Amino acid sequence: MFQIFFYAVMDYFIELLFSGLTRGSIYALIALGYTMVYGIIGLINFAHGEIYMIGAFTAFIVATVLSIYGFPLLSIVIIAGVAAVVWSSSYGYTIEKIAYKPLRHAPRLSPLISAIGMSIFLQNYVLLAQTSDFLPFPTLIPDFEFMEPIAHIVGTTDLIILVTTVVVMVILTIIIKFSKIGKAMRATAQDRTMATLVGINVNNVISATFIVGSSLAAIGGLLIASHIGQINFYIGFIAGIKAFTAAVLGGIGSIPGAVLGSLILGLTESFATGYVSSDYEDVFAFSLLVLILIFKPSGLLGKATNQKV
Amino acid sequence: MNLNLSGKILTTVAGAFIALSVPVSGFAGDTIKFGVAGPHSGDLASYGLPSINAAKLVIDKVNANGGINGKQIEMLIEDDVCKPEISTNTATKLVSDKVDVVLGHICSGATKAAMPIYTDAGILVMSPSATSDELTLSGNYPNFFRTIAPNAAQSPAMVDFAVDKLGLKKVAIIHDKGDYGKPLAEGAKAYIEKTGKGEVVLFEGITPGAMDYSAIVQKIKRSGADVVVFGGYHPEASKIVTIMKKKRLKTTFVSDDGVKDDTFIKVAGKAAEGVYAAGPQDNATNVMATEAKEAHKKEFGADPGAFFEGAYAATVAMLNAIEKADSTKLEDLKKVLQTEKVATPVGSINFDENGDAIGVGFSMYVVKDGAYVVVK
Repeated sequence: MFQIFFYAVMDYFIELLFSGLTRGSIYALIALGYTMVYGIIGLINFAHGEIYMIGAFTAFIVATVLSIYGFPLLSIVIIAGVAAVVWSSSYGYTIEKIAYKPLRHAPRLSPLISAIGMSIFLQNYVLLAQTSDFLPFPTLIPDFEFMEPIAHIVGTTDLIILVTTVVVMVILTIIIKFSKIGKAMRATAQDRTMATLVGINVNNVISATFIVGSSLAAIGGLLIASHIGQINFYIGFIAGIKAFTAAVLGGIGSIPGAVLGSLILGLTESFATGYVSSDYEDVFAFSLLVLILIFKPSGLLGKATNQKV
Repeated sequence: MNLNLSGKILTTVAGAFIALSVPVSGFAGDTIKFGVAGPHSGDLASYGLPSINAAKLVIDKVNANGGINGKQIEMLIEDDVCKPEISTNTATKLVSDKVDVVLGHICSGATKAAMPIYTDAGILVMSPSATSDELTLSGNYPNFFRTIAPNAAQSPAMVDFAVDKLGLKKVAIIHDKGDYGKPLAEGAKAYIEKTGKGEVVLFEGITPGAMDYSAIVQKIKRSGADVVVFGGYHPEASKIVTIMKKKRLKTTFVSDDGVKDDTFIKVAGKAAEGVYAAGPQDNATNVMATEAKEAHKKEFGADPGAFFEGAYAATVAMLNAIEKADSTKLEDLKKVLQTEKVATPVGSINFDENGDAIGVGFSMYVVKDGAYVVVK
C-alpha cells in the first residue's frame, strides 16, 4: 500500500520535474542571447524576444511553403532551421548597426530605450506584414516510436528541446573558451578600450555576438513553436520577459548562469503549479527572483563587478 | 440703409435655420448614428469583425428602403482590440461623435471598462457576445442590453452537459483568470456544489500567454478528473488541448463560447477533435437566421463568423426600437425593447428589466472532422 502511494508520488514528481526542465530549457535558449549581449556591451537587448518571434515566423513560412512542395520532413526541418537562423541573425546584425551602434558612447539609458523602441517596432511590423491571428505551426518534430512508453512524462519535443539546450550550451562554451573569436569576446567583455588597443576589432566582435545570440533565439523559435504548435506576433514579448528574468536570476553576463537561472525558473514554476496552485505560478517565480537578488544582487553565478566606466 | 436691411434679412434667415435645426422628435441629427465597437484587429478580431458585417447587412437593407422614419443610418466603426484600456478610448470617441446607439462591445472585460462612459452619456449599448453577469445583473448599467445569454446561464449549461449528458462526474475546472473566464469557472463550481451533481476535483487559474502548460496538464491527470471544464478564450484552450494530446491524456474537454471559434480548430488541428464547446444557441431552424446567412454569403463571399446572428439580432432590435419609439432617447428605447417582441435570427425576443434577452440560451457543439457541429 505504502509502496503504491510512494510510486504515485514519485511519478507525479518526475512528471513535474520534466515539465519544469522543458520549460527551463525553453527559457534558456532565449536567455543565452540576453546574457551574451549584456556580457559584451552591457546592454539589455529588449528586442531579443522579437528576434525569437521572427525566427519562429521564418521557420513557419519556409516550412509551410516546403510542405506544399512535398519535401520530406527531415529536409524541411533542416532548411527551415537554416533559413530561420540566417534570417534572424541578419535581423540581429542589422538591429545592432541601426539602433545600438550609434548610441555606443551615449548614456546607458539611451540604448536601453532604443532597444525597447526596436522591440515595439518589430512586433508591429510583423503584425502588419503578416497577421494578428494565431497561426498553426506545422508539426516539424514527429513523435518517435521508442518514446511512446514514456510519452506521458516526457514527449519527443520535450526531449529534443532538452538535448538541444545541452548541446548548444556545450558548443557555446567551447567557442568562448577556445576559439579566437571567443577569446576576443571575453577580452571585449573585460575591457573594451584595452581590447581595441591590442588590436581586436571590437565592432566585429559585437556583431558576432549579436549573430550568435540571434541564431540561438531562432533555433529556440523553431523548437518552441513546434512544441506548443502555434505562433503569433506577440509570443516574443512574454518569452523575452521570462528569459530576461532567468538571465538576471542566474547572473546576467554569465553563460552557465543563464542556463542555471532558466532551469531554476522553469522548475519553480512547474512545482509551484503542481504542488501549490497555478494561480500563483508567477508569484512564486518572481518572489524567488526578489529573494535571490536581495541576497546575491549580481545573480547566482554573476560576478560582482564595479560599475564599468 | 439697403445694406442694413439685407443684414436684417440675413439674421432672420439664420435665426429660422437655427430654429429648424432644433431636434423635433428626440433625434439629434439628420442621420441616425449607429456605433459598432469591438475587436476589429488583434488576435481576437475574429470575434469582432462579424458584427460589422451583420450591422452592415441590416443597415444597408434599411437604408435602401428609405431609412427609419425618413432618416438614413450612418455606421461609426471603432476598434477596441478587446482591451479594456483601449475600449475606454473607443467609447469616448463614439460618445464625442454623438453616436445614438452602440452595437458592442464584444469582450466582457472591454465592455465593462467602456460601459460607465456610455451610461453617463445615456446611450443604448447592445452586445452580441459579452456574457459577464455583472453587466446586466449588477444593475450598474441600465443602458446595457445583450442578445446572448449571460455566464450565469452558460456555466450550468456546460456542467449539465458534462455531468448529465456525458456522464462524467469528476470535474477539473480551469480558467484564464480573466474577466470572462474566471466568473464562468466560478459559476460552474458553485453550480456543481449547489446541485450536488458531480465533484470538483481541481479548480485552478492559468496565466494567459504562458509558454508551456504541461505542469497544469500533469496536475489535471493527477486529479483523476473525467472532464476538464475550461473558462477562457481559444489561444489558451488550443495550447492546453495540444499539450494534453502530447501527454497522452484522454480527458474530455468542455469549454465555453470563447472557444467556439474556427480559429481554435485551425490552430489546435487534430488535438481539437472531440472538444465540446458551448455556443450561442443553434438557429438552424430559424428562417431569418438562414436568410441572414445567405445574405452574408452573397455580400461577403464567405460564411459568417462568431456572434454574427447575435449581432444581426441586436442591430434589428435596436433599429426596431428607434422606429417604434420615434426617438433615440434611452428611456423611450428601453420601453420598446422591454415590452415589444421583435423577430430576429435568434428568435422572437424582448428583454427583461436587467437587459438580458428572454428566450436566448446555449447549445453545445463538438469538433468533428475539423468543424463545430451541434450536439443533439
